[in-house]
Amino acid sequence: MAEVLVVVEATQAFGVKKVTLELLTAARELGEPSAVVLGGPGAAAAMTDKLAEYGARKIYAAEAEEINGYLVAPKAAVLAKLVQSVAPAAVLLASSQEGKEIAGRLAVKLGNGLLTDVVDLDASGVATQVVFADSIIVKSKVSKGIPLVTVRPNAVTPVPAPATPIREELTVELSEADKLAKVVDRVAEQKGARPELTEASIVVAGGRGVGDADSFKLVEELADLLGAAVGASRAAVDSGFYPHQFQVGQTGKTVSPQLYIALGISGAIQHLAGMQTSKTIITVNKDEEAPIFGLTDFGVVGDLFKVVPQAIEEIRRRKG
Amino acid sequence: MKIVVLVKQVPDSGVERHLNGDDNTTDRVSAGNVINEMDEYAIEEALQVQQRHGGEVIVLTMGPAHATESIRKALSMGPDSAVHVVDDALRGSCAVATSKVLAAAIGQIGPDLVLCGAESTDGRVQVMPHMIAEWLGVAALTGARKLTVEGSALTIERQTDEGYEVVTAATPAVVSVWDTINEPRYPSFKGIMSAKKKPLETRSLADLGIDPAEVGFDGATSAVVEHSKRPPRQAGHKVTDSGDGGVQMVDFMAAEKFV
Ligand SMILES: Cc1cc2nc3c(=O)[nH]c(=O)nc-3n(C[C@H](O)[C@H](O)[C@H](O)COP(=O)(O)OP(=O)(O)OC[C@H]3O[C@@H](n4cnc5c(N)ncnc54)[C@H](O)[C@@H]3O)c2cc1C
Repeated sequence: MAEVLVVVEATQAFGVKKVTLELLTAARELGEPSAVVLGGPGAAAAMTDKLAEYGARKIYAAEAEEINGYLVAPKAAVLAKLVQSVAPAAVLLASSQEGKEIAGRLAVKLGNGLLTDVVDLDASGVATQVVFADSIIVKSKVSKGIPLVTVRPNAVTPVPAPATPIREELTVELSEADKLAKVVDRVAEQKGARPELTEASIVVAGGRGVGDADSFKLVEELADLLGAAVGASRAAVDSGFYPHQFQVGQTGKTVSPQLYIALGISGAIQHLAGMQTSKTIITVNKDEEAPIFGLTDFGVVGDLFKVVPQAIEEIRRRKG
Repeated sequence: MKIVVLVKQVPDSGVERHLNGDDNTTDRVSAGNVINEMDEYAIEEALQVQQRHGGEVIVLTMGPAHATESIRKALSMGPDSAVHVVDDALRGSCAVATSKVLAAAIGQIGPDLVLCGAESTDGRVQVMPHMIAEWLGVAALTGARKLTVEGSALTIERQTDEGYEVVTAATPAVVSVWDTINEPRYPSFKGIMSAKKKPLETRSLADLGIDPAEVGFDGATSAVVEHSKRPPRQAGHKVTDSGDGGVQMVDFMAAEKFV
């Protein structure tokens, strides 16, 4: 069976991202998964156990300071060389900003087609995407080259399939053109240990109805109780209630959790664009005409400042 | 400083959008067409850089004939001139071909700085800046929430999930921006009037030296096989809070095994 390259994403705080485990799971349907770790010295060793647990037969380790020292281009350069040498059946990346950017460069380098934001990929290479505020389902195919695909987080359920991966070192040889955008600092701003917005299985989101930045503590409190990520509507972000990286919607993140709880969000089409593939939606809104109720599984028409504290208390009570 | 701003005309994201039944391309006729919102932030940033460092701002659009509407609108914000790449053979172009065409047009203009929105509301692919940079062999500084220009040195704050990264490069470079970077100006009446007279040149594939076989449907590296409407979600249960709304919500969550 042919190799399928899975480009690993990881964070300092949490290690291998869940989306990478989803990619490994999807890759097993297409061939033999090989994980590609592109990072600083020692990056792969810390991830081996997790990658093995989810079925990586091989781990390609490209480790060099320069990989993290410059934006995106070094990763694409290493990957392009690898694709040319192993001729994989497919290359899978996460549909994150960086995943897409790497894939874009790779597509140009290889003259290869590219499909982004894919939610399903079948063995014949046909990919499913949902577009235009997730209102239209599109089936597409790469017609030149191999399937080069970025997959949305939470589109696949990660299933372990333990393997004993062989490790292979990749030499990192970069040209001057790969080293034009220098990363001089990385600053962490995310507070607490909440799961990442696009990966979380529960998202609690607040809108303009939350009223002010301070009141977002209520949204956070419910989120923490459920082990959820916090999201925000654009109105909430624009009003300065919550930082932009947590915006859900057309111009923010697309999320597809098991449960989405919308608090004080009206449900503008651009907000729905980012969350309407959620499995279950709960809404609290004092306006019974709010459009979001149209796609809500369980809605409470009421004041979120009464409903949410009561829900928090009730969850605590049941947890004992 | 010579600045090119990439502007894309997109179907309005505030109404229902469609794909064409015959060839699976974006329906760019029935929905109202607008400037891709993120591009307005790129235009604003270009104008601010121009204010501080001088030079000219050139709008660059690839799109069908009716995209001129959006180009004029872009010009009414303040840019000096525009280039419109328009050619029937471009219909159905994939991202790789699009980036090649834009890179060729940029190559002819020869700017120090290319500014664009971080993504478009129709494709949401986020790959164009890096693809263009790859063709041109220049730096790509993407996802900026802040841009500083000092001589030929560019510094951005790149927004990430964890916070931000400080990334630097020398010109020439491509910089993409998020809507956190500035507050776009509204066109003034004077701006709207003068936009009508600003130079707008068109370029065909022949002008750019690109073989039509490399773009459009024929040259596409990926293809849509079919599309269908996603079944709309059904509304479920709705209760009006009469003192126990929070408890009822938790009852539902418990029944669905979330608590
Ligand atoms: C190009 C473009 C892109 C956009 N991208 C996005 C995007 O990415 N994400 C996004 O979210 N929006 C986006 N928007 C904006 C979108 O159109 C809406 O303006 C926005 O989603 C509204 O946010 P909201 O629901 O929080 O605010 P509102 O529409 O003002 O709704 C607030 C809601 O809170 C309810 N409420 C108020 N007080 C309470 C209370 N005490 N208890 C319970 N309910 C209460 C009200 O009944 C109301 O329904 C975009 C717009 C454009 C034009």
